[in-house]
Amino acid sequence: MSTPQGSSSPPLRSSDEQPCGDPASLARYALCLGDDALVMAQRLGEWIAAAPQLEEDVALANIALDQLGQARSLLGYAGSLMQPTRSEDELAYFRDERDLRNVQLVERTWALPGGTGSDFGVTMARMLIWSTYQVELYSRLASSADETLAAIAAKAVKEVDYHRDHATMWVLRLGDGTEESRLRMQAGLEAEWGYVEELFDPSYVDQGLLANGVAVDPITLRDPWNSRIDSVLAEATLARPEVSPARGGGRDGIHTEQMGYLLAEMQHLARSHPGATW
Amino acid sequence: MTATATAPVRERAWEVAASVLDPEVPVLTIEDLGVLRSVDVAGDGAVLVRITPTYSGCPAMDTIRADVERALAEAGFARVRVELVLAPAWTTDWMSEAGKRKLAAYGIAPPQTRDHSGVVSLSLSLRCPQCGSPDTRELSRFGSTACKSLWVCNACREPFDHFKAH
Repeated sequence: MSTPQGSSSPPLRSSDEQPCGDPASLARYALCLGDDALVMAQRLGEWIAAAPQLEEDVALANIALDQLGQARSLLGYAGSLMQPTRSEDELAYFRDERDLRNVQLVERTWALPGGTGSDFGVTMARMLIWSTYQVELYSRLASSADETLAAIAAKAVKEVDYHRDHATMWVLRLGDGTEESRLRMQAGLEAEWGYVEELFDPSYVDQGLLANGVAVDPITLRDPWNSRIDSVLAEATLARPEVSPARGGGRDGIHTEQMGYLLAEMQHLARSHPGATW
Repeated sequence: MTATATAPVRERAWEVAASVLDPEVPVLTIEDLGVLRSVDVAGDGAVLVRITPTYSGCPAMDTIRADVERALAEAGFARVRVELVLAPAWTTDWMSEAGKRKLAAYGIAPPQTRDHSGVVSLSLSLRCPQCGSPDTRELSRFGSTACKSLWVCNACREPFDHFKAH
C-alpha cells in the first residue's frame, strides 16, 4: 500500500498460476491472514521514533514493513478472487471494523492492563508469540496446493524467522536480565497470553480448503509453537503464564475497543481524499 | 511471430531490462541482484518482464517496475508488461558473483551463509569491506533497508552495511 491507488499495482499472481479450490473460501482465508499482517504492521508503526533505542526504532519499522509486504500480497490475492474484484487498497482502507478478520492479539495497544503508555515488554511478548506462530504457519503453507499461497508463504517464512530471532533475543535478554527487566518481561507475557488461544481456533478455515491441502489447520501449529515457546521461556527464566483465554471473535469481525482507533488512523487519509495519489 | 523471429527481440529486451539499476544500491543491476527473472515475448507481441522482490515489503519494486518500463520504451519496445512473481522465492543465492564483488567494492559486505543450528540464527564472521579485517561486529540486526544490517569494524573502526543472507 505504497500509494493510495491500488489499481496501479500489478497482479501478484503470475499469469501462469491458477487458484486452487473454491474462490470464495480461498479469498476469505487469504483475507484473514492478510488482515493479521496488516493490523500487526499498523500497530508496530507506532514504535517509530518511540523505541528505547535508535536501533530498535529501525528494527520495529523493518518488521512492520515485512508484515505490510505480506499483507499486500495476501490482500491483493484475496481481492483478485472476489466478485467483483477488489484492490489491496480497497480492502485495507475501505472496510469497516466488523469486516476486518484479524485475530485480537495483533490489534491491541502495547499498554499493560491499567497502563497508558506503550510497553516494550508487552511488545516483545507479542512479537515472540506472533512470530513463532507465523513461522509455523508459513513454513507449512509454503507447501500449499495453491501455488500463489505457497509462493507468498515461502517468501514470508524467511522474514518472520528473522523476526522470531529478534524477539527471542530480547526475551532472553530481558527475562534473564535484571530483577526489573524480568518482572516487566513477565508482565508483558501475562498481558498477551489470553490472546494466544485464538491463533489456534480452526473454526475460520473452510473444511474444503483443508481437505485439498490449500489451507493449514491451525490445530497442527499448537505443539510446535508450544515447544519452541517453552524452550525460550525456560532459557529466559520466565514462567509460562496461566491466564484464561480472552473471548476472541476477531475472525468474525468482533474486535476490542482499541481497534476502532487503529482503523481511524490507518484509514483516515484514504477516506478523506479518495483516489488521491502522490 | 515464430520462435526464431522472437528470439533476437527477447535477447535485446533482456539486455535493456538487465541494465536497469537497483534504486537502493545503484551499483547493482537488477540482473546482478537476481531480481530480474525472465523476459519473454508474449503471444500478443508485448514484451513480458518478470521481476521478483527481495523482501515482501520491498518499497523499491514500484520504482524498479517503472524503470524497466521506461528503459524498454526508450529502447523502442512499444508494448511492455511487467509482472511481479514470488516463486521460487528470492534468496541471496540469486545474486551473481559479479554482484557480490560490486557490493564489496561499494562498501557493503556481501551476503554469507547463516548458521541455523542454535535458538537464534547467527551470521558467521564478516570481513570489513573497507580494510578486509575479519574482526567485525554487528551493531544492529536491521539497517537502512529491509535487506541490510549494520556492522562496525573493530580494526579500522568504520561502520558498514551488510547485505543480509536471506
